[in-house]
Amino acid sequence: MSELTSLTIAEARERLRAGEVTSRELTEACLTAIDAADALNAFVHKTPEIALERADAADARIQAGDAPAMCGIPVGIKDLFCTEKVPSQAASRILEGFRPEYESTVSQNLLDDGAVMLGKLNMDEFAMGSSNETSVYGDAVSPWRRGNDTTPLTPGGSSGGSASAVAADLCLAATGTDTGGSIRQPAAFVGITGLKPTYGRCSRWGIVAFASSLDQAGPMTKSVRDAAIMLGSMAGHDPLDSTSADLAVPDFEAMITGDIRGKKIGIPREYRMDGMPDEIEKLWVAGADMLRDAGAEIVDISLPHTKYALPAYYVIAPAEASSNLARYDGVRFGHRAKLAQGDGITEMYEKTRAEGFGDEVKRRVMIGTYVLSAGFYDAYYNRARKVRTLIKKDFEDVFAAGVDAILTPATPSSAFGLGEMADADPVQMYLNDVFTVTVNLAGLPGISVPAGLDAQGLPLGLQLIGRPWEEGDLLNTAQILEDSAGFLAKPAKWW
Amino acid sequence: MSIDEETAAKVAKLARIAVDEEALPALAKELSHILGFMEQLNEVDIEGVEPMTSVTPMRLKRRKDMVTDGDQQEKILKNAPDAREGFFAVPKVVE
Repeated sequence: MSELTSLTIAEARERLRAGEVTSRELTEACLTAIDAADALNAFVHKTPEIALERADAADARIQAGDAPAMCGIPVGIKDLFCTEKVPSQAASRILEGFRPEYESTVSQNLLDDGAVMLGKLNMDEFAMGSSNETSVYGDAVSPWRRGNDTTPLTPGGSSGGSASAVAADLCLAATGTDTGGSIRQPAAFVGITGLKPTYGRCSRWGIVAFASSLDQAGPMTKSVRDAAIMLGSMAGHDPLDSTSADLAVPDFEAMITGDIRGKKIGIPREYRMDGMPDEIEKLWVAGADMLRDAGAEIVDISLPHTKYALPAYYVIAPAEASSNLARYDGVRFGHRAKLAQGDGITEMYEKTRAEGFGDEVKRRVMIGTYVLSAGFYDAYYNRARKVRTLIKKDFEDVFAAGVDAILTPATPSSAFGLGEMADADPVQMYLNDVFTVTVNLAGLPGISVPAGLDAQGLPLGLQLIGRPWEEGDLLNTAQILEDSAGFLAKPAKWW
Repeated sequence: MSIDEETAAKVAKLARIAVDEEALPALAKELSHILGFMEQLNEVDIEGVEPMTSVTPMRLKRRKDMVTDGDQQEKILKNAPDAREGFFAVPKVVE
């Protein structure tokens, strides 16, 4: 059974098409694995009936010879995606009981291609967090441990449940979303591949909004090839999202050729942080060597405004969040506070939001409200948007100079223990996104590829950043890292 | 920029989030700290730089000005905490 759940999408696709396995068998194996993994708290709403029904439908399509690549593949869906009649609450109390009457475009695209939804995955509340510790469902737990030490570790965040589920072989792949690093950081923490596409590649329609100018959905998978296959299904123009790009979706998988000769890979000097662990520095150098050995040219580059990406992000993202989250008012959906005698509509709003939002969400909504308020709009919000223009220009300049992709570490450390950051101030937690957040501000595609283990035996990832709309080229370079690093480590099963 | 308790209370009010009186000092301190982190942005020379409005340059699509959706009252009210006679129900708004 466990052998089936550890298949990649590409492997499962071949076996399904060859008739060696059915989607029902794959799906049942995953459902069994999920039921045995409650200790990971990755799947927070299980949908076995839907899964088996879709598996049977997929098997019929495969039999009929009408099977797209994702047909019959069991996947997990992050709780941020609205899924018809299935709880979709962005890991927040304020959306308790919410069952959408519609399906998000991305999950619909997967469904149309025959993918099998196993259930909804844990995450940080409204995708605000880097450790999956702000979830109303409780912490998601990484399947990885520091050797024999039983301290529970974070799978990263905000797509922590997705990361944990894929790494623990509870599903073949999962959807994630990435606003400042929420696909790439958790992927790096658990040793899987995570791709954030170019802004506009996937429709945001039906995905609970956090920061609309930064949010992007993407695949979290067991291999680079799988990321290419799954992105092909998720992506595409959608008239329901005016920011989704009206561009043809190329065959990303076919663009993985294994040939990167003559490609120019930039190493940005500003990403060399003070106090960065030696192991990460070494891994970064090793990654550059792998690409050089495959025929790429490695060049030093400068992205001078890197240092200002995090402060700009923590103005822009909360500003957009304060506006987006204004819709949670206790009127149309989700939680409404019990009111006292004489309470009016303002008390209803204030009590509902105080009860419904967790601390980190409240913090960001209030920061956003402040930076948008009269008198501070120019000093904070407009200034941050101008800095964002400069950050994007940094990338445009290096791409104009002929750089094809940029190699950086994915995270400044390996996974930390759940609760270990509890006494740290919020800014310490924000530093987790230091290598990933620039990519969202510039709207670029970025991918995290597992590349090694640290001295504690925990996964470390490398990040590649590509030119806009060139996910295919980016995936091709990422495949070289995957092949050269030969990362095959799996967490020892304890759950 | 440091936020005092009065400003914290005002921000909470604007955000429509009830905050207990006792929680205000800690909240003010926390918000001040985060805003302090953002002060770094003042080091950047932004003279003549346009604020970003769209990360990927694209023309907004146009469509015919016509009704494309509707007649979904039941679906729209389905998740309401309090729906009555085809409407969302809320506490009294006007005295």
